[in-house]
Amino acid sequence: MTSDVTASHGTLGHVEEDPAEARDRMLLGVKLGIVSEVMLFGALFAAYFVVRSESPDWPPGGELERPELLLPGLNTLLLVSSSVTMQLAIWATRASDRARMMRWLYSTIVLGGIFLLIQMYEFATNGFGLADGVFGSTFYTLTGFHGAHVLVGLLLIAIVTNRARRGYVSADRETALESVSYYWHFVDVVWLFLFSTLYVL
Amino acid sequence: MMRSAPVQAVWRPGFTRAIVGGALGFAIGGGAMAVLGVLGVGVKPGHILGVGYLGTLFGFLLGIGAFRFWLTWMIGREIDADEEHESHGKAGDWKRYFRFTTDHKVIGVQYLVTAFLLFFTAGMAAMFMRFELAQPGVATDKDLYNIIMSTHGAMMITVALISVIGGLGNYLVPIMVGTRDMAFPKANALSYWLLPIPLLFVAINPLLGGFDSGWTAYPPLSQQANLGQQAYLMAFVTIGASSILSAVNFLVTVFRMRAPGMSLMRMPIFVWALTVTATLVLIATSVVAGAMTMLLFDRLIGTSFFRVKGGGDVILFQHLFWFYSHPAVYIMAVPGLGAILEIVPVFARKPLFAYPLAVFSFIAIGVLSFMVWAHHMFVSGMATFFHIPIMFTTELISVPTGLVFFSAIGTLWMGRIRFKVPMLWVYGFLWAFVIGGITGVFLADVPTDITLSDSYFVVAHFHYTIIGSTIYGLFAGTYFWFPKITGRMYSERLGRLHFWWFTIAFNLTFLPMFWLGIQGMRRRVADYPADLGGVNLFVSIMAVNIALSVAVFAFNMIRSWRGKRVAMADNPWDAQTLEWICTSPPPIENFAHIPTVTSAPYEYGTPPMSAPPVPAGGRPQP
Repeated sequence: MTSDVTASHGTLGHVEEDPAEARDRMLLGVKLGIVSEVMLFGALFAAYFVVRSESPDWPPGGELERPELLLPGLNTLLLVSSSVTMQLAIWATRASDRARMMRWLYSTIVLGGIFLLIQMYEFATNGFGLADGVFGSTFYTLTGFHGAHVLVGLLLIAIVTNRARRGYVSADRETALESVSYYWHFVDVVWLFLFSTLYVL
Repeated sequence: MMRSAPVQAVWRPGFTRAIVGGALGFAIGGGAMAVLGVLGVGVKPGHILGVGYLGTLFGFLLGIGAFRFWLTWMIGREIDADEEHESHGKAGDWKRYFRFTTDHKVIGVQYLVTAFLLFFTAGMAAMFMRFELAQPGVATDKDLYNIIMSTHGAMMITVALISVIGGLGNYLVPIMVGTRDMAFPKANALSYWLLPIPLLFVAINPLLGGFDSGWTAYPPLSQQANLGQQAYLMAFVTIGASSILSAVNFLVTVFRMRAPGMSLMRMPIFVWALTVTATLVLIATSVVAGAMTMLLFDRLIGTSFFRVKGGGDVILFQHLFWFYSHPAVYIMAVPGLGAILEIVPVFARKPLFAYPLAVFSFIAIGVLSFMVWAHHMFVSGMATFFHIPIMFTTELISVPTGLVFFSAIGTLWMGRIRFKVPMLWVYGFLWAFVIGGITGVFLADVPTDITLSDSYFVVAHFHYTIIGSTIYGLFAGTYFWFPKITGRMYSERLGRLHFWWFTIAFNLTFLPMFWLGIQGMRRRVADYPADLGGVNLFVSIMAVNIALSVAVFAFNMIRSWRGKRVAMADNPWDAQTLEWICTSPPPIENFAHIPTVTSAPYEYGTPPMSAPPVPAGGRPQP
């Protein structure tokens, strides 16, 4: 290669844009975004553990009741299943099985939707509110932040599902679907931590 | 049907539509909450401001056209490739600076100009403070002083956070690693256009009653203070979101889009510095955004995170705040250090001394910066067993910082130095940052810190470190890359005048403050003991000189940029990094052909590029 450059540590060549590279960039971007989300939940969990460790009993004062485990346990099952169906949708996409892909995407939306409805029902029937000291503050802020993430995740899945319905998602065009699935799995994992600390522990 | 020009301006995505959208957004958001209040729902003024702010932000972004491609994609349509391509803007069209332009060079200039405007505004606030402090006693108003002081701090922190990485970084990193744009150009434009609305709310916060907590916004004061405080908190979270977006962009660009042959250890040191910075931003920022959100919840929806009455913990806020805000000190400083190290080899005509060690130092600074946050809290009443480990890690971080210094000094050693304006700023940096670093030792050591905490010693120390690194790096970089960005050369004489005037005035302003602090002058209050009046008058006069010298800088930049294009080489400094093979200013998309990199970035004084690469230090490769 001849150099027609005088002032650099490089010589000139030519490279083509590659769709695989664009996909690679997008997925890395999503992963990095999730790192920052992990730190956001990290701050919320840190606040939770600090105020909880400073209180002799939990909930403080002994007047408030912690929520029952039945509905949240069901919700855990729902959200984990929705992660599984999401992954099944991706495998179906890679296998170019359109019908199966659509089926699993719809199942994911239904499962996530039921999760949110149960969560809202739980919020409405809990015997304590946001303003009831640190117990209410941490409970509703952490589950509320997570619920907002579930909502955003559902919207993203709905958008991708609509695009899939219109034929824009296929085995070689599934970057958006895969990005959304990363986010969805992340939301699922956060719930596992929430369930085991806010409800069980 | 043809529309008249003003109607078209409102219709098309652009600045006019953005302002209309922002105003509409505030009216809709704030109005909806006000209606709810009239209907009997318990609405506080803070709720109206909060929802109104969100409305303004989204209205503005919709107006500027930030979401138009994503919205098209979301409703399941194909994006018009031509329109997307056109959002790069046309070369030489000034209007693209007021649009949602995806060209990283436009975004870089937008950041840089915004940062300088903010710098001048916050500087004016400092002039007000020095006016009040020129004489003992209260000349204006104590509350007003606290508001102006807080606004000065908040704005200057923003300048330090966005100027070098947002301005010079956006402009240069894609060119330096040899690619055509950032990884996500639309997200890059979004991260810039997220800034005007929060900055506007910080600027107008005195109209909302102002905030007097300083930029640190400690509760309980920040829970009780008025709407100006809330405006600041919301602005902080928004600017944080913008930085996270920008950090993801930088990291993907650097790790996925380097030109062939550009191995990690061949990257210009400035790119390395920004990579470390972006990593810190990515990891730390959402923590403080979370803390600020909890604080907003405490104010607005009745939570008790930082309310002792409800079982909350005030110190918890300080921990979360400094977990971000100490790394933030390095988010401010490291880009400046990177710019300095980038410039030294060009003007010393030698390879950068101990390049791998400099890279290692930046990484080590990044890692250690997460382990030192509590040295801001020695007098806060936190657990005492935490004092000694934090003191130790804080002392430890001076080692990699010192290595960066050695890298600069080792490059200068036996170099053939050209004393051009950017190089003068490098020397200014060496002087100022050493003073900032050494005085930091007294604040890292628990016994001396307990004495000096919250005194003017601290004020002098952090002005020496942040001005010494960020602002000196910013000026050095702005002078160095001015010919690259504008295709014109600034006046060397005015540049020298700016440097000497600024440096002398800066030192005579802040050196006496160390003494004032030791004498017991408290920071963040409008008054001080009467016997310190003489020195304070002197400091105030010198502070005015800083402002005047910056006016020389502004005059020089504006005149040279507007002036006639003088015949100038594309590479006036004979530098070797990739941005200098482009024309000045570089064309849209930078390179017609992506370059192949064949050697390390600073091969000055070594045989030409056709010879085998020789690593820094001149050792032949085995």
